[in-house]
Amino acid sequence: MVYSSVIRERFRAPRYRGSLPEPDASFEDVNPLCGDRIRIECRIAGGTVTDARHRGDSCAICAASADVLLESVIGQSVDSVSTLTAADLLERLQADVRASRMKCVTLPLTVLQGALEGREVAR
Amino acid sequence: MSAPGESCRPDFPILSRLVNGAPLVYLDSAASSQKPRQVIEAVSRYYERSHGNVHRSIHTLGEEATELYEGARDAVRAFVGAASREEIVFTRGTTEAINLVAQAVGRTLGPGDEILVSEMEHHSNLIPWQMACRDRGASLKAVPVVGEGFLDMEAFSRLLSPRTRVVALAHVSNVLGTINPVAEIIRRGREAGALVLLDGAQGAPHLPLDLASMGPDFYAFSGHKMLGPTGIGVLYARRETLERLEPAWGGGEMIKEVWIDHAQWNDLPWRFEPGTPPIAGAVGLHAAVEYLDKLGMARVAAHERDLTARCLDALMRIPGVTIYGPRNAEIKGAVVAFNVEGVHPHDGAALLDERGIAVRAGHHCAQPLMKRLGIVGTLRASFSVYNTPAEIERLAEAVGDLRGAL
Repeated sequence: MVYSSVIRERFRAPRYRGSLPEPDASFEDVNPLCGDRIRIECRIAGGTVTDARHRGDSCAICAASADVLLESVIGQSVDSVSTLTAADLLERLQADVRASRMKCVTLPLTVLQGALEGREVAR
Repeated sequence: MSAPGESCRPDFPILSRLVNGAPLVYLDSAASSQKPRQVIEAVSRYYERSHGNVHRSIHTLGEEATELYEGARDAVRAFVGAASREEIVFTRGTTEAINLVAQAVGRTLGPGDEILVSEMEHHSNLIPWQMACRDRGASLKAVPVVGEGFLDMEAFSRLLSPRTRVVALAHVSNVLGTINPVAEIIRRGREAGALVLLDGAQGAPHLPLDLASMGPDFYAFSGHKMLGPTGIGVLYARRETLERLEPAWGGGEMIKEVWIDHAQWNDLPWRFEPGTPPIAGAVGLHAAVEYLDKLGMARVAAHERDLTARCLDALMRIPGVTIYGPRNAEIKGAVVAFNVEGVHPHDGAALLDERGIAVRAGHHCAQPLMKRLGIVGTLRASFSVYNTPAEIERLAEAVGDLRGAL
Protein backbone atom coordinates (compact mmCIF):
# COMPACT_ATOMS: atom_id res chain seq x y z
CA MET A 1 0.00 0.00 0.00
CA VAL A 2 1.62 3.23 -1.20
CA TYR A 3 -0.70 5.43 0.83
CA SER A 4 -0.02 4.53 4.45
CA SER A 5 -2.30 5.85 7.17
CA VAL A 6 0.44 8.36 8.08
CA ILE A 7 0.47 9.73 4.50
CA ARG A 8 -3.32 9.95 4.38
CA GLU A 9 -3.54 11.64 7.76
CA ARG A 10 -0.75 14.17 7.12
CA PHE A 11 -2.16 14.96 3.67
CA ARG A 12 -5.67 15.58 5.08
CA ALA A 13 -4.57 17.42 8.20
CA PRO A 14 -1.03 18.76 7.90
CA ARG A 15 0.51 20.15 11.08
CA TYR A 16 3.25 22.30 9.58
CA ARG A 17 1.65 23.63 6.41
CA GLY A 18 1.75 27.42 5.97
CA SER A 19 4.29 30.21 5.94
CA LEU A 20 6.45 32.16 8.38
CA PRO A 21 6.68 35.95 8.19
CA GLU A 22 10.26 37.10 7.55
CA PRO A 23 11.87 33.66 7.79
CA ASP A 24 15.58 33.29 8.54
CA ALA A 25 15.94 30.75 5.77
CA SER A 26 13.76 29.71 2.85
CA PHE A 27 14.04 27.77 -0.36
CA GLU A 28 11.79 26.26 -2.99
CA ASP A 29 12.26 23.80 -5.79
CA VAL A 30 10.44 21.79 -8.39
CA ASN A 31 9.98 18.06 -8.75
CA PRO A 32 11.02 17.41 -12.37
CA LEU A 33 8.80 14.33 -12.40
CA CYS A 34 5.59 16.29 -12.08
CA GLY A 35 6.40 20.01 -11.93
CA ASP A 36 5.25 20.19 -8.33
CA ARG A 37 6.72 23.11 -6.41
CA ILE A 38 7.31 23.11 -2.68
CA ARG A 39 8.54 25.96 -0.48
CA ILE A 40 9.95 25.67 3.03
CA GLU A 41 10.55 28.56 5.43
CA CYS A 42 12.50 28.26 8.69
CA ARG A 43 13.25 30.23 11.78
CA ILE A 44 16.73 29.64 13.22
CA ALA A 45 18.18 30.66 16.58
CA GLY A 46 21.60 29.72 17.96
CA GLY A 47 22.18 27.04 15.32
CA THR A 48 18.83 25.39 15.99
CA VAL A 49 15.76 25.19 13.77
CA THR A 50 13.13 26.70 16.06
CA ASP A 51 10.18 26.69 13.65
CA ALA A 52 9.40 25.73 10.04
CA ARG A 53 6.51 25.63 7.57
CA HIS A 54 5.96 24.18 4.09
CA ARG A 55 3.56 25.05 1.28
CA GLY A 56 3.02 24.45 -2.41
CA ASP A 57 1.12 22.37 -4.89
CA SER A 58 2.09 18.80 -4.39
CA CYS A 59 0.86 15.24 -4.23
CA ALA A 60 -0.11 13.51 -0.99
CA ILE A 61 3.25 11.76 -0.65
CA CYS A 62 5.24 14.99 -1.02
CA ALA A 63 2.98 16.98 1.30
CA ALA A 64 3.06 14.27 3.97
CA SER A 65 6.82 13.91 3.64
CA ALA A 66 7.28 17.66 4.16
CA ASP A 67 5.04 17.54 7.21
CA VAL A 68 6.84 14.69 8.98
CA LEU A 69 10.19 16.18 7.99
CA LEU A 70 9.49 19.54 9.60
CA GLU A 71 8.11 17.84 12.68
CA SER A 72 11.37 15.92 13.03
CA VAL A 73 13.71 18.90 12.59
CA ILE A 74 12.06 21.56 14.71
CA GLY A 75 14.14 21.82 17.88
CA GLN A 76 17.10 20.08 16.21
CA SER A 77 20.41 21.60 15.19
CA VAL A 78 20.89 22.91 11.65
CA ASP A 79 23.87 20.55 11.30
CA SER A 80 21.73 17.49 12.04
CA VAL A 81 19.51 18.20 9.01
CA SER A 82 22.38 17.45 6.62
CA THR A 83 22.56 13.89 7.95
CA LEU A 84 18.88 13.10 7.35
CA THR A 85 18.17 10.57 4.59
CA ALA A 86 15.24 9.30 2.54
CA ALA A 87 15.19 6.21 4.74
CA ASP A 88 14.47 8.37 7.80
CA LEU A 89 11.48 9.88 6.04
CA LEU A 90 10.15 6.52 4.82
CA GLU A 91 10.32 5.23 8.37
CA ARG A 92 8.31 8.17 9.63
CA LEU A 93 5.82 7.83 6.78
CA GLN A 94 5.56 4.07 7.41
CA ALA A 95 5.23 3.72 3.68
CA ASP A 96 6.56 1.48 0.95
CA VAL A 97 7.12 4.02 -1.82
CA ARG A 98 8.11 2.89 -5.31
CA ALA A 99 11.25 4.18 -6.98
CA SER A 100 9.13 6.25 -9.39
CA ARG A 101 7.70 8.27 -6.48
CA MET A 102 10.84 8.53 -4.30
CA LYS A 103 11.47 12.06 -5.58
CA CYS A 104 8.12 13.00 -3.98
CA VAL A 105 9.54 11.81 -0.63
CA THR A 106 12.95 13.41 -0.99
CA LEU A 107 12.03 16.80 -2.52
CA PRO A 108 11.10 18.38 0.85
CA LEU A 109 14.43 17.21 2.30
CA THR A 110 16.48 18.73 -0.52
CA VAL A 111 14.45 21.93 -0.28
CA LEU A 112 15.01 22.15 3.47
CA GLN A 113 18.72 21.49 3.04
CA GLY A 114 18.78 24.16 0.31
CA ALA A 115 17.15 26.63 2.69
CA LEU A 116 19.66 25.92 5.43
CA GLU A 117 22.58 26.17 3.01
CA GLY A 118 21.26 29.53 1.84
CA ARG A 119 20.79 28.47 -1.79
CA GLU A 120 19.19 30.88 -4.26
CA VAL A 121 15.91 29.99 -5.96
CA ALA A 122 16.25 29.59 -9.76
CA ARG A 123 13.71 31.43 -11.88
CA MET B 1 -7.06 -10.23 -35.84
CA SER B 2 -10.00 -8.80 -37.74
CA ALA B 3 -11.12 -5.49 -36.35
CA PRO B 4 -10.11 -2.94 -33.74
CA GLY B 5 -11.49 -3.64 -30.27
CA GLU B 6 -12.27 -6.95 -28.58
CA SER B 7 -11.43 -9.15 -31.57
CA CYS B 8 -7.81 -7.99 -31.88
CA ARG B 9 -7.01 -8.22 -28.16
CA PRO B 10 -5.74 -11.83 -28.33
CA ASP B 11 -2.93 -10.55 -30.57
CA PHE B 12 -1.50 -8.53 -27.65
CA PRO B 13 -0.01 -10.97 -25.11
CA ILE B 14 0.52 -8.32 -22.42
CA LEU B 15 -3.19 -7.52 -22.21
CA SER B 16 -3.91 -10.83 -20.53
CA ARG B 17 -1.77 -10.10 -17.49
CA LEU B 18 -2.98 -9.02 -14.09
CA VAL B 19 -1.77 -5.82 -12.42
CA ASN B 20 -2.19 -5.59 -8.67
CA GLY B 21 -4.60 -8.51 -8.85
CA ALA B 22 -6.87 -6.96 -11.46
CA PRO B 23 -7.01 -7.46 -15.24
CA LEU B 24 -4.84 -4.78 -16.86
CA VAL B 25 -6.69 -1.82 -18.34
CA TYR B 26 -4.00 -0.12 -20.43
CA LEU B 27 -4.96 3.48 -21.14
CA ASP B 28 -1.50 4.93 -21.74
CA SER B 29 -0.96 4.29 -25.43
CA ALA B 30 -0.20 7.95 -26.15
CA ALA B 31 2.94 7.43 -24.08
CA SER B 32 3.70 4.05 -25.64
CA SER B 33 1.41 1.46 -27.18
CA GLN B 34 1.53 -2.27 -26.56
CA LYS B 35 2.78 -4.66 -29.24
CA PRO B 36 0.95 -7.40 -31.11
CA ARG B 37 2.47 -10.86 -31.41
CA GLN B 38 3.08 -10.13 -35.11
CA VAL B 39 5.56 -7.37 -34.18
CA ILE B 40 7.22 -9.29 -31.36
CA GLU B 41 7.67 -12.34 -33.60
CA ALA B 42 9.02 -10.29 -36.52
CA VAL B 43 11.72 -8.83 -34.27
CA SER B 44 12.58 -12.24 -32.78
CA ARG B 45 12.64 -13.88 -36.18
CA TYR B 46 14.99 -11.19 -37.46
CA TYR B 47 17.44 -11.70 -34.60
CA GLU B 48 17.14 -15.49 -34.73
CA ARG B 49 17.58 -15.84 -38.50
CA SER B 50 18.74 -12.75 -40.38
CA HIS B 51 20.77 -10.36 -38.26
CA GLY B 52 23.85 -8.74 -39.74
CA ASN B 53 24.84 -5.16 -40.38
CA VAL B 54 23.16 -3.49 -43.31
CA HIS B 55 24.32 -2.12 -46.66
CA ARG B 56 27.95 -3.17 -46.95
CA SER B 57 28.00 -6.73 -45.64
CA ILE B 58 28.79 -9.02 -48.58
CA HIS B 59 27.34 -12.11 -46.98
CA THR B 60 23.93 -13.70 -46.83
CA LEU B 61 22.90 -12.37 -43.43
CA GLY B 62 23.96 -8.84 -44.28
CA GLU B 63 22.00 -9.01 -47.48
CA GLU B 64 18.92 -10.34 -45.72
CA ALA B 65 19.19 -7.63 -43.07
CA THR B 66 19.52 -4.96 -45.76
CA GLU B 67 16.52 -6.34 -47.62
CA LEU B 68 14.44 -6.30 -44.43
CA TYR B 69 15.58 -2.81 -43.42
CA GLU B 70 14.94 -1.28 -46.83
CA GLY B 71 11.70 -3.26 -47.12
CA ALA B 72 10.54 -1.55 -43.95
CA ARG B 73 11.22 1.80 -45.59
CA ASP B 74 9.00 0.87 -48.53
CA ALA B 75 6.23 -0.27 -46.18
CA VAL B 76 6.38 2.95 -44.16
CA ARG B 77 6.40 5.02 -47.36
CA ALA B 78 3.19 3.37 -48.48
CA PHE B 79 1.62 3.62 -45.01
CA VAL B 80 2.06 7.40 -44.76
CA GLY B 81 1.50 8.11 -48.46
CA ALA B 82 4.92 9.57 -49.21
CA ALA B 83 5.82 10.07 -52.87
CA SER B 84 9.15 8.22 -52.76
CA ARG B 85 11.30 6.07 -50.48
CA GLU B 86 13.98 8.78 -50.43
CA GLU B 87 11.60 10.82 -48.28
CA ILE B 88 11.61 8.29 -45.41
CA VAL B 89 14.52 8.75 -42.99
CA PHE B 90 14.70 6.30 -40.09
CA THR B 91 15.57 7.81 -36.71
CA ARG B 92 15.37 6.60 -33.13
CA GLY B 93 12.05 8.36 -32.62
CA THR B 94 10.08 11.58 -32.99
CA THR B 95 12.47 13.47 -30.72
CA GLU B 96 15.51 12.54 -32.78
CA ALA B 97 13.66 13.33 -36.01
CA ILE B 98 12.81 16.85 -34.81
CA ASN B 99 16.33 17.38 -33.50
CA LEU B 100 17.67 16.31 -36.89
CA VAL B 101 15.64 19.04 -38.59
CA ALA B 102 16.39 21.62 -35.88
CA GLN B 103 20.11 21.00 -36.25
CA ALA B 104 20.20 20.83 -40.04
CA VAL B 105 17.93 23.84 -40.56
CA GLY B 106 19.30 25.50 -37.44
CA ARG B 107 22.72 25.86 -39.04
CA THR B 108 21.19 28.12 -41.68
CA LEU B 109 19.48 30.44 -39.16
CA GLY B 110 20.72 33.88 -38.27
CA PRO B 111 19.72 36.91 -36.22
CA GLY B 112 16.31 38.19 -37.30
CA ASP B 113 15.09 34.73 -38.33
CA GLU B 114 12.10 33.35 -36.46
CA ILE B 115 10.78 29.91 -35.59
CA LEU B 116 7.05 29.61 -34.93
CA VAL B 117 5.86 26.97 -32.45
CA SER B 118 2.82 26.89 -30.14
CA GLU B 119 1.96 26.77 -26.47
CA MET B 120 0.67 23.22 -26.82
CA GLU B 121 3.93 21.68 -28.04
CA HIS B 122 5.47 18.64 -26.43
CA HIS B 123 8.94 19.56 -25.13
CA SER B 124 10.41 17.54 -28.00
CA ASN B 125 9.02 20.07 -30.48
CA LEU B 126 10.07 23.03 -28.36
CA ILE B 127 13.48 22.49 -26.78
CA PRO B 128 15.30 21.62 -30.06
CA TRP B 129 14.04 24.96 -31.47
CA GLN B 130 14.99 26.84 -28.30
CA MET B 131 18.50 25.42 -28.70
CA ALA B 132 18.70 26.24 -32.42
CA CYS B 133 17.51 29.83 -31.77
CA ARG B 134 19.92 30.26 -28.88
CA ASP B 135 22.87 29.02 -30.94
CA ARG B 136 22.12 31.21 -33.96
CA GLY B 137 20.62 34.34 -32.44
CA ALA B 138 17.22 33.61 -33.99
CA SER B 139 13.98 34.12 -32.06
CA LEU B 140 11.21 31.79 -31.06
CA LYS B 141 7.53 32.78 -31.32
CA ALA B 142 4.62 30.78 -29.92
CA VAL B 143 1.01 30.63 -31.08
CA PRO B 144 -1.23 30.88 -27.98
CA VAL B 145 -3.84 28.28 -27.08
CA VAL B 146 -7.39 29.60 -26.73
CA GLY B 147 -10.88 28.36 -25.87
CA GLU B 148 -11.22 24.65 -25.18
CA GLY B 149 -7.66 24.12 -26.41
CA PHE B 150 -7.35 25.38 -29.97
CA LEU B 151 -4.52 27.23 -31.69
CA ASP B 152 -5.28 30.94 -31.93
CA MET B 153 -5.27 31.13 -35.71
CA GLU B 154 -5.57 34.92 -35.70
CA ALA B 155 -2.38 35.07 -33.68
CA PHE B 156 -0.87 32.52 -36.09
CA SER B 157 -1.58 34.95 -38.94
CA ARG B 158 -0.06 37.82 -37.01
CA LEU B 159 3.04 35.88 -36.00
CA LEU B 160 3.72 34.41 -39.43
CA SER B 161 5.96 36.70 -41.45
CA PRO B 162 8.70 36.67 -44.09
CA ARG B 163 11.09 36.28 -41.13
CA THR B 164 9.50 32.93 -40.21
CA ARG B 165 11.89 30.20 -41.32
CA VAL B 166 10.16 27.21 -39.75
CA VAL B 167 6.62 26.57 -38.54
CA ALA B 168 6.84 23.62 -36.11
CA LEU B 169 3.51 22.44 -34.70
CA ALA B 170 1.85 19.33 -33.37
CA HIS B 171 -0.52 17.52 -35.70
CA VAL B 172 -2.45 16.28 -32.65
CA SER B 173 -1.85 17.62 -29.12
CA ASN B 174 -0.62 14.92 -26.72
CA VAL B 175 -2.60 16.52 -23.88
CA LEU B 176 -5.61 18.33 -25.29
CA GLY B 177 -6.10 15.88 -28.14
CA THR B 178 -6.79 18.84 -30.41
CA ILE B 179 -6.37 17.98 -34.09
CA ASN B 180 -4.81 21.14 -35.46
CA PRO B 181 -5.89 22.62 -38.82
CA VAL B 182 -2.80 21.32 -40.55
CA ALA B 183 -4.00 21.89 -44.13
CA GLU B 184 -4.36 25.60 -43.43
CA ILE B 185 -1.10 25.73 -41.42
CA ILE B 186 0.85 24.06 -44.24
CA ARG B 187 -0.68 26.27 -46.95
CA ARG B 188 -0.14 29.49 -45.02
CA GLY B 189 3.32 28.52 -43.79
CA ARG B 190 4.54 27.63 -47.25
CA GLU B 191 3.00 30.80 -48.72
CA ALA B 192 5.06 32.75 -46.19
CA GLY B 193 8.17 30.96 -47.41
CA ALA B 194 8.65 28.94 -44.22
CA LEU B 195 9.39 25.24 -43.86
CA VAL B 196 6.52 23.43 -42.12
CA LEU B 197 7.26 20.62 -39.67
CA LEU B 198 4.48 18.61 -38.06
CA ASP B 199 5.07 16.63 -34.89
CA GLY B 200 3.08 13.55 -35.82
CA ALA B 201 3.78 11.48 -32.70
CA GLN B 202 0.06 11.49 -31.87
CA GLY B 203 -1.08 11.64 -35.50
CA ALA B 204 0.52 8.72 -37.34
CA PRO B 205 -0.66 6.04 -34.86
CA HIS B 206 -4.29 7.14 -35.05
CA LEU B 207 -5.24 8.89 -38.29
CA PRO B 208 -5.02 7.86 -41.96
CA LEU B 209 -2.18 9.83 -43.56
CA ASP B 210 -1.51 10.92 -47.11
CA LEU B 211 1.56 13.06 -46.68
CA ALA B 212 2.17 13.66 -50.39
CA SER B 213 -1.14 15.47 -50.70
CA MET B 214 -1.06 16.94 -47.18
CA GLY B 215 2.23 18.57 -48.15
CA PRO B 216 4.27 19.34 -45.02
CA ASP B 217 8.03 19.71 -45.44
CA PHE B 218 8.60 17.40 -42.48
CA TYR B 219 6.45 14.96 -40.53
CA ALA B 220 8.02 13.22 -37.51
CA PHE B 221 6.68 10.15 -35.69
CA SER B 222 7.67 7.23 -33.46
CA GLY B 223 7.30 3.49 -33.97
CA HIS B 224 6.62 2.63 -30.34
CA LYS B 225 3.41 4.67 -30.18
CA MET B 226 1.98 2.77 -33.17
CA LEU B 227 2.36 -0.86 -32.07
CA GLY B 228 6.04 -1.00 -33.12
CA PRO B 229 9.21 -1.37 -31.05
CA THR B 230 11.00 1.39 -29.16
CA GLY B 231 14.11 2.89 -30.72
CA ILE B 232 12.68 3.42 -34.20
CA GLY B 233 11.14 6.59 -35.56
CA VAL B 234 10.61 8.26 -38.88
CA LEU B 235 11.34 11.61 -40.35
CA TYR B 236 9.31 12.10 -43.48
CA ALA B 237 10.74 14.96 -45.51
CA ARG B 238 9.72 16.28 -48.92
CA ARG B 239 12.39 15.35 -51.41
CA GLU B 240 13.12 18.89 -52.61
CA THR B 241 13.39 20.09 -49.02
CA LEU B 242 15.70 17.26 -48.03
CA GLU B 243 17.91 17.76 -51.09
CA ARG B 244 18.68 21.31 -49.99
CA LEU B 245 19.70 20.32 -46.44
CA GLU B 246 23.16 19.52 -45.20
CA PRO B 247 23.28 16.40 -43.00
CA ALA B 248 22.74 17.01 -39.31
CA TRP B 249 25.21 14.39 -38.13
CA GLY B 250 28.24 12.66 -39.57
CA GLY B 251 29.43 9.07 -39.47
CA GLY B 252 29.53 5.89 -41.45
CA GLU B 253 26.96 5.19 -44.14
CA MET B 254 26.06 8.83 -44.74
CA ILE B 255 28.99 9.31 -47.14
CA LYS B 256 29.92 8.33 -50.69
CA GLU B 257 33.62 9.02 -50.61
CA VAL B 258 35.85 10.29 -47.85
CA TRP B 259 39.22 12.02 -47.85
CA ILE B 260 41.09 13.02 -44.72
CA ASP B 261 39.81 16.59 -44.77
CA HIS B 262 36.46 16.34 -46.57
CA ALA B 263 33.78 13.98 -47.78
CA GLN B 264 31.08 13.62 -50.36
CA TRP B 265 27.62 12.88 -48.99
CA ASN B 266 25.64 9.78 -49.77
CA ASP B 267 22.30 9.82 -51.63
CA LEU B 268 18.96 10.31 -49.92
CA PRO B 269 17.80 9.07 -47.50
CA TRP B 270 21.04 7.51 -46.20
CA ARG B 271 22.74 10.94 -46.07
CA PHE B 272 20.68 11.51 -42.93
CA GLU B 273 21.22 8.07 -41.36
CA PRO B 274 24.78 7.95 -39.98
CA GLY B 275 25.88 4.87 -38.06
CA THR B 276 24.27 1.46 -37.77
CA PRO B 277 20.54 2.13 -37.89
CA PRO B 278 17.88 0.51 -35.67
CA ILE B 279 17.48 -2.48 -37.99
CA ALA B 280 15.36 -4.63 -35.69
CA GLY B 281 13.26 -1.57 -34.90
CA ALA B 282 12.60 -1.02 -38.59
CA VAL B 283 11.67 -4.69 -39.01
CA GLY B 284 9.24 -4.39 -36.09
CA LEU B 285 7.80 -1.15 -37.44
CA HIS B 286 7.22 -2.88 -40.78
CA ALA B 287 5.15 -5.53 -39.00
CA ALA B 288 3.30 -2.81 -37.07
CA VAL B 289 2.26 -0.83 -40.14
CA GLU B 290 1.20 -4.07 -41.84
CA TYR B 291 -0.93 -4.84 -38.81
CA LEU B 292 -2.49 -1.36 -38.79
CA ASP B 293 -3.06 -1.58 -42.55
CA LYS B 294 -4.97 -4.83 -42.12
CA LEU B 295 -7.15 -3.25 -39.46
CA GLY B 296 -7.53 -0.23 -41.72
CA MET B 297 -6.60 3.22 -40.43
CA ALA B 298 -10.07 4.61 -41.14
CA ARG B 299 -11.55 1.88 -38.92
CA VAL B 300 -8.84 2.47 -36.29
CA ALA B 301 -9.69 6.18 -36.23
CA ALA B 302 -13.45 5.49 -35.99
CA HIS B 303 -12.92 2.97 -33.17
CA GLU B 304 -10.77 5.37 -31.18
CA ARG B 305 -13.19 8.25 -31.79
CA ASP B 306 -15.94 6.09 -30.32
CA LEU B 307 -13.82 5.33 -27.23
CA THR B 308 -12.91 9.01 -26.83
CA ALA B 309 -16.59 10.01 -27.04
CA ARG B 310 -17.55 7.37 -24.45
CA CYS B 311 -14.73 8.48 -22.15
CA LEU B 312 -15.65 12.17 -22.41
CA ASP B 313 -19.29 11.34 -21.77
CA ALA B 314 -18.56 9.11 -18.76
CA LEU B 315 -16.04 11.47 -17.13
CA MET B 316 -18.21 14.57 -17.61
CA ARG B 317 -20.92 12.90 -15.51
CA ILE B 318 -18.60 12.50 -12.51
CA PRO B 319 -18.76 15.34 -9.97
CA GLY B 320 -15.45 17.15 -9.46
CA VAL B 321 -13.95 16.11 -12.81
CA THR B 322 -12.48 18.83 -15.05
CA ILE B 323 -11.69 17.94 -18.66
CA TYR B 324 -8.98 19.70 -20.67
CA GLY B 325 -9.18 20.02 -24.44
CA PRO B 326 -12.12 19.82 -26.84
CA ARG B 327 -15.23 18.04 -25.50
CA ASN B 328 -16.15 16.85 -28.98
CA ALA B 329 -14.56 13.55 -30.00
CA GLU B 330 -15.09 14.35 -33.69
CA ILE B 331 -12.34 16.97 -33.58
CA LYS B 332 -10.09 15.20 -31.13
CA GLY B 333 -7.38 12.55 -31.07
CA ALA B 334 -7.49 9.44 -28.89
CA VAL B 335 -6.64 11.19 -25.63
CA VAL B 336 -8.62 12.64 -22.71
CA ALA B 337 -6.84 14.76 -20.09
CA PHE B 338 -8.67 15.44 -16.84
CA ASN B 339 -8.34 16.23 -13.18
CA VAL B 340 -10.36 15.26 -10.13
CA GLU B 341 -10.95 18.00 -7.60
CA GLY B 342 -8.64 17.68 -4.59
CA VAL B 343 -6.67 14.79 -6.09
CA HIS B 344 -3.12 15.35 -7.30
CA PRO B 345 -2.66 13.65 -10.69
CA HIS B 346 0.13 11.41 -9.40
CA ASP B 347 -1.96 10.29 -6.46
CA GLY B 348 -4.86 9.68 -8.84
CA ALA B 349 -2.70 7.59 -11.16
CA ALA B 350 -1.27 5.58 -8.25
CA LEU B 351 -4.77 4.84 -6.92
CA LEU B 352 -5.97 3.79 -10.38
CA ASP B 353 -2.90 1.56 -10.72
CA GLU B 354 -3.92 -0.22 -7.53
CA ARG B 355 -6.99 -1.30 -9.53
CA GLY B 356 -4.97 -2.36 -12.57
CA ILE B 357 -5.69 0.78 -14.60
CA ALA B 358 -2.68 2.40 -16.29
CA VAL B 359 -3.05 6.10 -17.12
CA ARG B 360 -0.48 8.86 -17.48
CA ALA B 361 -0.19 11.62 -14.89
CA GLY B 362 1.80 14.82 -14.76
CA HIS B 363 2.76 17.54 -17.18
CA HIS B 364 3.02 15.20 -20.20
CA CYS B 365 6.21 16.99 -21.32
CA ALA B 366 4.12 20.09 -22.04
CA GLN B 367 4.98 22.43 -19.19
CA PRO B 368 4.21 25.67 -21.08
CA LEU B 369 0.70 24.29 -21.74
CA MET B 370 0.31 23.39 -18.05
CA LYS B 371 1.34 26.95 -17.14
CA ARG B 372 -1.20 28.26 -19.64
CA LEU B 373 -3.91 26.09 -18.07
CA GLY B 374 -2.76 27.14 -14.59
CA ILE B 375 -2.28 23.57 -13.34
CA VAL B 376 0.68 21.39 -12.37
CA GLY B 377 -0.52 18.41 -14.33
CA THR B 378 -3.40 16.20 -15.33
CA LEU B 379 -4.43 12.60 -15.52
CA ARG B 380 -4.59 11.37 -19.08
CA ALA B 381 -6.36 8.37 -20.55
CA SER B 382 -5.37 7.50 -24.12
CA PHE B 383 -6.55 4.79 -26.44
CA SER B 384 -5.37 2.43 -29.10
CA VAL B 385 -6.78 -0.31 -31.31
CA TYR B 386 -7.09 -2.83 -28.45
CA ASN B 387 -9.13 -0.75 -26.00
CA THR B 388 -12.81 -1.46 -25.43
CA PRO B 389 -15.92 0.31 -24.11
CA ALA B 390 -15.82 -2.03 -21.08
CA GLU B 391 -12.42 -0.60 -20.17
CA ILE B 392 -13.80 2.93 -20.34
CA GLU B 393 -16.51 1.84 -17.90
CA ARG B 394 -13.88 0.45 -15.51
CA LEU B 395 -11.96 3.72 -15.73
CA ALA B 396 -15.06 5.81 -15.05
CA GLU B 397 -16.02 3.68 -12.06
CA ALA B 398 -12.55 4.01 -10.55
CA VAL B 399 -12.34 7.76 -11.26
CA GLY B 400 -15.70 8.14 -9.53
CA ASP B 401 -14.10 6.69 -6.38
CA LEU B 402 -11.05 8.98 -6.44
CA ARG B 403 -12.52 12.01 -4.72
CA GLY B 404 -12.00 11.67 -1.00
CA ALA B 405 -10.05 8.42 -1.46
CA LEU B 406 -7.04 9.81 0.40
